[in-house]
Order: sequence, then structure tokens, then C-alpha cells
Amino acid sequence: MSFSSIDFPVKVDLNACIADKGCTVCIDACPLDVLVIDPATGKASMKYDECWYCLPCEKDCPTQAIRVDIPYLLR
Amino acid sequence: MQTINNEERALTTAEIETDILVIGGGTAGPMAAIKAKQQDPSLRVLLLEKANVKRSGAISMGMDGLNNAVIPGYATPEQYVKEITVANDGIVNQKTLFAYAENSYAMIEELDSWGVKFEKDENGDYAVKKVHHMGTYVLPMPEGHDIKKVLYRKLKQTRVKITNRLVATRVLIAEDGRVAGALAFDCRSGVFTVIRAKAVILCTGAAGRLGLPASGYLFGTYENPTNAGDGYSMAYHAGAELSGIECFQINPLIKDYNGPACAYVTGPLGGYTANAQGERFIESDYWSGQMMQEFHQELAGGKGPVFLKVDHLAEETIANIETILHSNERPSRGRFHEGRGTNYRTDMIEMHISEIGLCSGHSASGVWVNEHAETTVQGLYAAGDLACVPHNYMLGAFVYGRLAGESAASYCANTELAKVDTTQVETERQRIFAPLNRKHGLSPAQVEYKLRRLVNDYLQPPKVARRMEIGLVRFEEIRNDIQQMLATNPHELMRAAEVGFILDCAEMAAKASLFRTESRWGLYHARQDYTERNDAEWSVHVQVQKDQAGTMSVFKRALEPYIVEPDDVEKAVYQQIRIQPKGTVVLSGGSHEL
Repeated sequence: MSFSSIDFPVKVDLNACIADKGCTVCIDACPLDVLVIDPATGKASMKYDECWYCLPCEKDCPTQAIRVDIPYLLR
Repeated sequence: MQTINNEERALTTAEIETDILVIGGGTAGPMAAIKAKQQDPSLRVLLLEKANVKRSGAISMGMDGLNNAVIPGYATPEQYVKEITVANDGIVNQKTLFAYAENSYAMIEELDSWGVKFEKDENGDYAVKKVHHMGTYVLPMPEGHDIKKVLYRKLKQTRVKITNRLVATRVLIAEDGRVAGALAFDCRSGVFTVIRAKAVILCTGAAGRLGLPASGYLFGTYENPTNAGDGYSMAYHAGAELSGIECFQINPLIKDYNGPACAYVTGPLGGYTANAQGERFIESDYWSGQMMQEFHQELAGGKGPVFLKVDHLAEETIANIETILHSNERPSRGRFHEGRGTNYRTDMIEMHISEIGLCSGHSASGVWVNEHAETTVQGLYAAGDLACVPHNYMLGAFVYGRLAGESAASYCANTELAKVDTTQVETERQRIFAPLNRKHGLSPAQVEYKLRRLVNDYLQPPKVARRMEIGLVRFEEIRNDIQQMLATNPHELMRAAEVGFILDCAEMAAKASLFRTESRWGLYHARQDYTERNDAEWSVHVQVQKDQAGTMSVFKRALEPYIVEPDDVEKAVYQQIRIQPKGTVVLSGGSHEL
């Protein structure tokens, strides 16, 4: 799923994500700016563990590639 | 990944010139920018946002209702002003409340004409509900999720210039004391930006990252955690007066999720706040300090904890509640309940109280403004959650955004750009970029964690002098730690800058709380060493300001004269929040029929 082996709230489906084709919708939407393009895969990925679980990244994704889980500390 | 090294980055400077700079593109900011441009299309208006205007601020996922709509036929401005005067224990500038109340209906109609959806009855009239103690002011927005899209479309139509991912850190002040612009840096490229402007409008929202949530998660806040108190700190350093900082924001929230449950939506549909026995214990769910005091007592008492109860409602009502709550404002609450196995049909929702914050949208702590959204600094305006207009909520942000935009546009018509103080620019450049140039240092996340943990330890009400005094000593130590922070990229630099904002807010919160030696606003300012409300001495505004010597001064400002005086029965309403057991005789004017 993502390049970090630690479990982060924002999960990206690498098959559905089209960031490698130039899409930056989720990266633009995130208020905390925690999403980046993973240089290894060219896909969106959560880099900083600073998620507000607010969901614009998930709602605005044109290919429904994102699923946001409630952060572990709150679950 | 980074192609430019730290040294080059700190030296890269961009310059922008505009007439009006609006800082913060959430709720009040877009409205301020639109209204300034509409009033004078020849003005250059720049909307600066730390995130992205499309999805930033408190209403990034929309809003489920207007909490304080003053709609003809349901409420009058006079009635509203009296309600909020009483709800805020008398410490209000009524002129600012009137300016809100009198412009609130026109703003609803304008938003409606732009495409924002409000609930209407079968006749097409606004379907206003009663949640407050006296008047009827809550207008649901079950389809309020698109409000940011509507605002963005209007910004484009009005040709407002937008810049995203810029973190403003200081307002520029000219030699004569008026505004000259602002300083900012890009949280991705690190480019330092000097923005020259005739007028600056602060719309940066609440100080929502002040206390540490009980979950321990730094970003598990009620407010959008982007709102670190940036504007409170910027206004302070610009020399503006801040007011009511000791009147904290503390909210009744879903435990651990730390978001609204939300009683304003469920209340009109038959839901209510209950104790562990499923009994109602407060007469109204409208958020006030007095309500929070009762909530706090029930939570910690033998009948605690506290829950939101909707499990007694009909299936179609519950389904309706789910649709509204799981698609607006904080839609992930549905996901949270699912994870815990909580079903509205069979379970009550466990609640708790939040950590402290500063927010005039809900309580009263903010940058002092008059009824034209002017601060005490020439050319500096404020609107929304950070402007001291008690209980002004989302609609207040829109109304004051409008007032700020129009006032700033009028001011610009007769004003030239002020000269930029190059010393201020260079001092700020050094301060902001220092963490990037260190080879070894403290993690901004750890400094923030420790600071916010200290805020909980020393400032969470009930308050007592000795505890707050120790807190101030510890905050000074954090001020030294800030000089040791290390950042390895512009994103971390943004977090480092935010620690500075949070620290300024913590110090203001402690000093204003120490200064007001009485108890007021229920839990918001409950002093254990001064347990009584003392109207004779403390019917005043408490102001915080950076003085000429650069130190934090706290002083009294005479209460702005009232325009309407609440009568004795009205005055007692918010003192009598707890439901009395049957047969109780209430002697002090609390037998008011609701």
C-alpha cells in the first residue's frame, strides 16, 4: 500500500491512484499537507503522521483510490 | 529530494505587492476578499492560505447548520443581542453583536443566492429550530457539504487572487505604526515572501492546537489543526489588543474522536445530552461556559459519564441524523462509531470535554475588533473565529468577513503603501529559518507535545493562581527550547513556526486568566481561589497587548455601554442550566418558562 511499513491513517490503492499520470488532487486538498508523491512508486502517499481524518483527500479523489482510517490513538 | 540547500533557501526571497492582503482562506477570509473586491473592483486583493483554499479551515467538509441565525419572524437583533449578552455573562461589546445580528439575515439570503443550501419548510421559508435558552436561531443545513465549493466559485468569479501553502508569520508594521504588509514562507519550497499591502485582514481561525487532546494525538483536535493560533500571535506582535483570552473554549465532544456529536443537529429532532442513567440533566444543549460547568460536574460525578442519547428515536429520524452527521463537517465520525461498534439505534454515544482552545466563534477569546472589524492597529482587520465577537460561529465569520472586506476597501481608497521596515524583515528571516540551519536540535513535534501537555497541566480549568504561575515559568523554558528546534525541510519548518504561535497563545491564556481574579463563564474561567463572580470589579473587558517595551501587558478596558439591557429574568436564564428535581422551588428568578 504505502512505502512506510508503519500503519498510517491514509491508505492509497496503488492500482487505482493516478498520481504518476500527473494527478495531485489529494495532495492539493490536504489541509495539513501530509501527502506527497512517493518517488519510488510515483503514487500518492502519506509522509507525515499529522492526519485530521477530515476526508477531503478521499472525497475528492477522482479514482476512489483513498481510504482514511481513524488514527490508531483515537480508535 | 530537495534540490536547493538550506542556505540558498533562506536567501531566496519573493516579493508581492497588493492593496488588500487577506490571511486565511477558510470561512471569513474568502468572504472578506470577495466583498473587498465587489466594493472596489480596481483594488488588488490577495487571499493567502496556509493549506489550499478549496479545502481549508473549519468548514473544509461543509457545515451542518447555522447556530445563530437571526431571521425575521423567529428572532429580532435586540433579542439576539440580549441572549448572547447573558450567555457570555455580560462581557460583550454589544455594538459588535448588533452589527452581526442586523446583517445576519442579508448574509443568509446572499449565501442562498450563491447556491448554499439551507433547510426550508414546505412553503419555502427557512426552517429555523430552537436550541438556545430564549430565542430560536438554529437553521439546519443538511446539504451543507458543498459550501467551500460555492465560495471557491465566487472567488474565481470575483477575480480574487489566491496563493496557497504560504505560512504567514508576522504582520509588517511601518514606522508610523500602521500596517505595511506581512511576511510568509512557502511550506513546500521554503521561499521567504515579503508581501506589501495597504491593509491586512486576519482570518486565521481559532487557536485550536493549544491544549493536548486526551488521546495524546497532536492533531486529534476539535478545530482544524492547521489553526494553531497563527493570527492571535500575529495580531499580538503587531501591537493589537486582544480581549477575553481568559474565556477559554472547551467543548462537549465525542470521547476520543474529539469532534462534535452533534447536539444542535440531534436536539431539534429529539436527541439530548444524558447521564449514565439516560436522564437529561441540562435544560439546553447550547454551548456556554455554564453549560460546560454542569457537563463537567456530571461527567466526573456519580451519574457519569455523559452521553448523547438518540436511541429512543424512530428509525427514520435516526437514519436522517446519520445522513446529516456522516456527510457534513466531520464525516469520519460515522467511521469512528463503526470501529467502536456504536450504533445510534441501540447505543448512547460516550462524550467527554475537550482540551482548551481560544475561539470567539464559540466563546469570546479573540483579537479586539469594533463593529467595522477594525482592530486597534491602523490598517489591520480581523474576522471569524479569531475576532472577539462572542459566539459568532460560521455565520458571524461570514458577516464579519464582509464587514472587514468593506472596511479595508474603504481604507485603501485613501491610503498609500507604507514603507517596509527592512530590519523587521531581516529579523524575521533569521527567526523563521533558524531551525533549518541547525545541525542538531529538538524535534518540533516533541516541543509541541511538551508545551501542550504543560497547557493541560497548568491551564485546564478549574484554574488556580499558583498552578498558572508555575505554568508561566515552564512556558519560559519552552521559549528557550524553541531556540534549539531543528527542521530538515520546509514542512517541518512550518510545524516549528506553529510552536511559536502556540506558545504565545499559552502565555496570553495564563496571564489573562491570572489577571481576572474572579470566576465567570462557568467552566471557561472557573477560579478555585476566587470562586465568586464579582460584577463590581470585573464587569470589564480584559485586554492583552504587547507594550512599547515588547513585554506582555494585561489591563482592564471599560465595558462598552449596552444598547439593550436584559431584564432580571433574562439575566438569570443561563445561571439555571441544571434541570431541577421535581418539586424544587427556585427562588432566584430561575422559574423562567422555556
